[in-house]
Amino acid sequence: MSDSGLAGKIRELEERIDRLEGKCNSLTMVLFSGDFDKAMAAFIIANGALAMGKEVTIFVTFWGLDVIKKPAFSTSGRGFLERILLWVRPKGPNRLAVSKMNYGGIGPRLFRYMMGRKRVEPLAALISMAMEFGVRIVACQMSMELLGIKKDDLIDGVEVGGVAAFLGKAYEGQATLFI
Amino acid sequence: MARIELDFRGMNCPMPIMKTAMAVRKAAAGDQFEITCDDPGFEPDIIAWCKETKNRLDGIRKQGNDIVAAITKS
Repeated sequence: MSDSGLAGKIRELEERIDRLEGKCNSLTMVLFSGDFDKAMAAFIIANGALAMGKEVTIFVTFWGLDVIKKPAFSTSGRGFLERILLWVRPKGPNRLAVSKMNYGGIGPRLFRYMMGRKRVEPLAALISMAMEFGVRIVACQMSMELLGIKKDDLIDGVEVGGVAAFLGKAYEGQATLFI
Repeated sequence: MARIELDFRGMNCPMPIMKTAMAVRKAAAGDQFEITCDDPGFEPDIIAWCKETKNRLDGIRKQGNDIVAAITKS
């Protein structure tokens, strides 16, 4: 092989190694649940991965969208059923129910009180910290459409995407979680 | 080379590791950190963090209920 051919081959191999190493460098998550406790787990893992220098993408779908809603927004321009849905579903991290021991809303209050006493970071702070660290949050277009949620109802900095966007990221990385 | 002391006592997972990452990110290569933490999970966490981020873990010692980790930014 000629010198230039060899140099080209080396360059090609270097690029392949870079690509392979890049594969260990991302974490993809699906946040399907809108439960407070599960969202806590999702954002603790996301923050840990970000601290480790990983690229983190969270695809938020269905009930998970409750987690990234703004605490208040107008439901104008939505149909009757969408309005009811938006009215009954919690808006944002401070309104979520817990997956166990919810007791009609007493459970989340109790957990938040205990978290405060034990100095566990609140969910809202974990979300804004992850945003600061550069997490990518992609909201599922189809569930938004179904549940009558508009992009402006969600916290700033959220992107909107579909299943292919999620799969593209998932195939790129080595770790994918469904929460 | 700077020597930086960090006190993360009273914090819970994932805060000590987040705060460590933030501080180390701002520092220069070769800067040394001494991190004090009373979260029992901090020991395995900082070992994994250093390994993954390729910063050097110079040592971990126990001081009463606290864990003190010495790391150097690479």
